[in-house]
Amino acid sequence: MMKLDPKIPAGPLETKWDRHRFSEKLVSPNNKRRIKVIVIGTGLAGASAASTLGQLGYQVECFCFQDSPRRAHSIAAQGGINAAKNYQDDGDSVARLFYDTIKGGDFRSREANVYRLAQVSAQIIDQCVALGVPFAREYGGQLANRSFGGVQVSRTFYCRGQTGQQLLLGAYSALCWQIERGQVTMHPRTEMLDLIVVDGQARGIVVRDLVTGRVSIQTAHAVVLATGGYSNVYYLSTNASGSNVTATYRAWKQGAAFANPCFMQIHPTAIPPGDEHQAKLTLMSESLRNDGRLWVPKMAADHRSPGDIPAEERDYFLERRYPRFGNLAPRDIASRAVKTVCDEGHGVGPGGQGVYLDFADVIERQGQDVVHERYGNLFDMYNRITGEDAYYVPMRIYPAPHYTMGGLWVDYNLMSTIPGLFVIGEANFADHGANRLGASSLMQGLADGYFILPYTIGHYLATAKLLPVGEDHKESRAALQRVAGRISRLLNAKGRRPAASFHREVGKFLWDHCGMSRNQAGLELALRSIPALREEFWRNVVVPGSGEAFNQELEYAGRVADYLEFAELLCHDALHREESCGAHFREEHQTADGEPTRDDTCFAHVAAWEYREHAVPILHKEPLAFEFVQPTTRSYQ
Amino acid sequence: MTFTLKIWRQKSPDEKGRFVTYKAHDVGSGMSFLEMLDGVNQGLIAKGEEPVAFEQDCREGICGSCSLVINGIPHGPDRGMSTCQLYMRRFPDGAAITIEPWRARAFPIIKDLVVDRRALDRVMQAGGYVSVNTGGAVDGNVLLIEKDQAETAMDAASCIGCGACVAACKNASAMLFVAAKVSHLALLPQGKPERTRRVKTMLDAMDREGFGSCGNQYECEAVCPKRISVRFIATLNREYLRAGVVESGLPAEPESPHAESA
Repeated sequence: MMKLDPKIPAGPLETKWDRHRFSEKLVSPNNKRRIKVIVIGTGLAGASAASTLGQLGYQVECFCFQDSPRRAHSIAAQGGINAAKNYQDDGDSVARLFYDTIKGGDFRSREANVYRLAQVSAQIIDQCVALGVPFAREYGGQLANRSFGGVQVSRTFYCRGQTGQQLLLGAYSALCWQIERGQVTMHPRTEMLDLIVVDGQARGIVVRDLVTGRVSIQTAHAVVLATGGYSNVYYLSTNASGSNVTATYRAWKQGAAFANPCFMQIHPTAIPPGDEHQAKLTLMSESLRNDGRLWVPKMAADHRSPGDIPAEERDYFLERRYPRFGNLAPRDIASRAVKTVCDEGHGVGPGGQGVYLDFADVIERQGQDVVHERYGNLFDMYNRITGEDAYYVPMRIYPAPHYTMGGLWVDYNLMSTIPGLFVIGEANFADHGANRLGASSLMQGLADGYFILPYTIGHYLATAKLLPVGEDHKESRAALQRVAGRISRLLNAKGRRPAASFHREVGKFLWDHCGMSRNQAGLELALRSIPALREEFWRNVVVPGSGEAFNQELEYAGRVADYLEFAELLCHDALHREESCGAHFREEHQTADGEPTRDDTCFAHVAAWEYREHAVPILHKEPLAFEFVQPTTRSYQ
Repeated sequence: MTFTLKIWRQKSPDEKGRFVTYKAHDVGSGMSFLEMLDGVNQGLIAKGEEPVAFEQDCREGICGSCSLVINGIPHGPDRGMSTCQLYMRRFPDGAAITIEPWRARAFPIIKDLVVDRRALDRVMQAGGYVSVNTGGAVDGNVLLIEKDQAETAMDAASCIGCGACVAACKNASAMLFVAAKVSHLALLPQGKPERTRRVKTMLDAMDREGFGSCGNQYECEAVCPKRISVRFIATLNREYLRAGVVESGLPAEPESPHAESA
């Protein structure tokens, strides 16, 4: 029977982390070099964790499926990273960042975790500056800030529209140093395909070398998953095409609880979908909402060009519905507002799937040069994709799956329900509750990797009893067999349909029934339909080529197979959560004017699902106790 | 639209490659170049044939995965973008398009259009970092950095490590790649303590990996998806010269008795 013990330290919120760090056992420096830790994924969380663990003296084996650790999808984050520095003296503090994050997450995250995140946020900026991250500066030479959705202070640090790139290259450079020192062994183009659990402890992984196709066993004393989110289950998302659920999903099947899978962030400002060949949705940074104004024509099905629609015939719907936050309303709220106006027939562009994001006012007020300096690369990107010049014509945007707040359940130490399996960054569920605020994912990834995991994993390694486990252990062999079996099943299906067509179909199904708004009938329909699609997949998928070679279609088909199972878990979670909170909007639970209604009596819990073979997963609940803040109705009006 | 594609196919590093001609039908002008290739591949897969292997990931021009030489030009005909940002409206209907991998001794072909770019990682491991431990960093505002300097450092740091500069260079030199990293870190106070060692070790690693020397033809800048300027190669040369002077024991930047400050 699975037990959820969040292991939150007792005592005042402000000192929990300090006291916890002191009470944790340390590994002596001499022993560290005899301890091997596996880190999977080299995004912000993985690269920062691997480099820091290497620096501490552990033997680190680091894996990524890309050809270089620098290409992890963190690289694509545009807008910025939050930190409670209060450099602007505008009333920011650790307590305020904590409160904004808890409230932004609609009171579905743990107080202790979020407070710790806010505490270490300031250190992250200092660390990144020390690594040579070229943050934007003011004329006086100080670090510059911008504001982001869902907050009223200016606490976001940025590097043009490429903040994720620069932070990742910083962490990657630290990783390079540790590789050069021999502390980290890097395994690029290597994909984790299963987890090895021995005597209840995570002791290794099965990987496939994507160049030679060789499947092998890697054992260690602990395993860290930093494998990102699963937005690509929707087929069209803002994620890189390689991002996938496989590592966390396989860990789930080996006994790690999966928490809140239905908490799925739909980002309001992506370029609208075009034709059916489209492979991804391109994000336009949320920072654009600092200066851009969202509007639609007041008249439904108004096909005039935007310049011909006078101001009084435009509906600036975010400013109208949320006057206090206006265009900077949080992502979940902005996305739903966009969906609402489009569903009511006011949408613009092909299929009525789009709203205007207009920069005319700021250009008139501050000039085109200022806008160019702030957002030049985003305007260029928009121009390339759509062929339109947003300096003269408003952008068209539409929401897109972007980030997953849900993930593997972890305790305060970032350890999953499998001892020795740690989960960091987007792959865990810990800090963002039911909705993540902009510029907080970079903060969380680096907080976990640089400043939290390196402490908490030490205590585990210092106290756990870990017997030697080799490649010949029966659990290692069993895991290898599972992987080999799946690969040969994929190659031998020899059907007619490419994996992508199944992926598109399950993604469309989820978008329609488990997307921006959900209802019982739709979710039940999805739960009935997905198994049939999965059955067809295994019968009719075609994967050309061999397993013992470079085979991109085989990699992809394996990931699609996992989406086809995972999609069901997503729907089970969305069906169980009979309330509307954050990004999860159940149509049955809303006010007369369409605002979500949260149910703190029945659903102030983390839903952690346990895998059952050929059966409905078992739900476990971790109650969320709010000792320090009072959950309120989350109003941005 | 319809296109005739001449695509380089090569089963493995050891086998000889060759061009194979494919037709791309029903291509929309709003499709990206990679979506057009996806379409060709879906057709091949449905027939049970092996699709054309090519690299891509973020499809928004930042991860640096994509690496196609299109009609002889890395990342295709337009400046300042990577292959994934190229759209089919750029090509006339019915055009013939040749697609090849990056070609350089330091980038062995793995399969079809996929090459091994680990050499760039090894150059980075030789010194493309600031040796600073996690924890204990001073406040980010302790060292003030002039806005212009931070912006120039950012210009250099925006390199996505795709390797187009190498593919475009007759000598397959990685000078622009190395110059971008050396300049980025030399411009910032945090990178200064190691600048002498860094430029030497990175250039040594570049030579060791089989990249050639700079021929001053500026092909690298012309194809760089981030428009990184060859001026950074001048900075690199200056850093290299400076390192030579410093290592010879002569004062690199003699202190003038009347100078206001460094």
